Amino acid sequence: MSANPFSLWVYLAQSPLLWLTVTLVVYAITDAVSLRTRRHPLANPVLHAMWIVAAFLLVTGTPYTTYFAGAQFVHFLLGPATVALAVPLYRNRRIVVQAVLPMLAALMAGSITAIVSVVWLAEAFGLPREIVLSLASKSVTAGVAMGISESLHADPSLTAVAVVLTGITGAIIVTPLMNSTGITDFRARGFAAGLAAHGIGTARAFQVDALAGTFSGIAMSLNALVTSFLVPLAVTLLVR
Amino acid sequence: MIASLGLILVCQLLGEVVVRGLALPLPGPVLGLVLLLALLLLRDRIKPLAIGPLATDEGRGRIEDVSRVLLANLSLLFVPAGVGVVQKLDLVAAHGLAIAAVLVLSVIATLLVTVAAFVVTSRLLSRNGPS
Repeated sequence: MSANPFSLWVYLAQSPLLWLTVTLVVYAITDAVSLRTRRHPLANPVLHAMWIVAAFLLVTGTPYTTYFAGAQFVHFLLGPATVALAVPLYRNRRIVVQAVLPMLAALMAGSITAIVSVVWLAEAFGLPREIVLSLASKSVTAGVAMGISESLHADPSLTAVAVVLTGITGAIIVTPLMNSTGITDFRARGFAAGLAAHGIGTARAFQVDALAGTFSGIAMSLNALVTSFLVPLAVTLLVR
Repeated sequence: MIASLGLILVCQLLGEVVVRGLALPLPGPVLGLVLLLALLLLRDRIKPLAIGPLATDEGRGRIEDVSRVLLANLSLLFVPAGVGVVQKLDLVAAHGLAIAAVLVLSVIATLLVTVAAFVVTSRLLSRNGPS
């Protein structure tokens, strides 16, 4: 036990091992708490994991790039998880084919609302142009949104944060909001969750109902496709 | 399990190659999703394809099982991007409230419009369908 604890910390704080471990352990705890509260919307595991890890980085003075060197292994799996959505889609293919027209209508209406509302609201609140552009693709999954943001010369890292906050907001409000409208069609509810709140909304939808989760996953992948086309168009039409 | 993960990565890789090669304005993983879906549908038509990760019998490590594990933990995958907020603290201090208000209002509008469009279209179709 002759090792200086400080030099051990300096070594570990630079290694991917520590930050990957912190990410997984903190999430495992927040997820267990969420399960214990019977998946209460406010016990959203992403929300709490996010601020706890962020606070840990600020307290230890660790730069985000050092953290990300470890956390990137988790971040990378966003791509394979998107591909994996093919499986629930395949399994529910009959229900999906029957609902193809309502899905297309909801996709177009929702995708346009997601983009136009955020751009209009951001301008009404007087946010600077760079922030407006960075928020435009906030309803699609992180990897895709960051790509769109880059092509607009906006700030992809701000977009990533906006995407996660949007997902958490959607996951928290979707169940109370839908209950207040009295809509009980879980296909429609799931589709709205995935369209507005991508993967985090989809994770929430799978907690509520398997069919809702499937439609949420479809909405998330279709919206990634449509938004890639719509955001550049909307930005040229709407942003001063 | 490794074969299934490999197949998912192959689909994603092919998706990226096609998207970059043809300069398509869509994300590589989304095309990968379409490829994997096509493979699963083909498997039902062409029996020899039902091997390894695409096997239809109840074995362990099929593509179905690996996908279930990935999707069951989907929200974990957003944590690293969310922690990026530590790089944006000056922005949060200056515009945090406005950004939060914009996001919340936009999410509510998007949820309501999407669910309404779905339900209305679905009701119109079922009214016209059986008549």
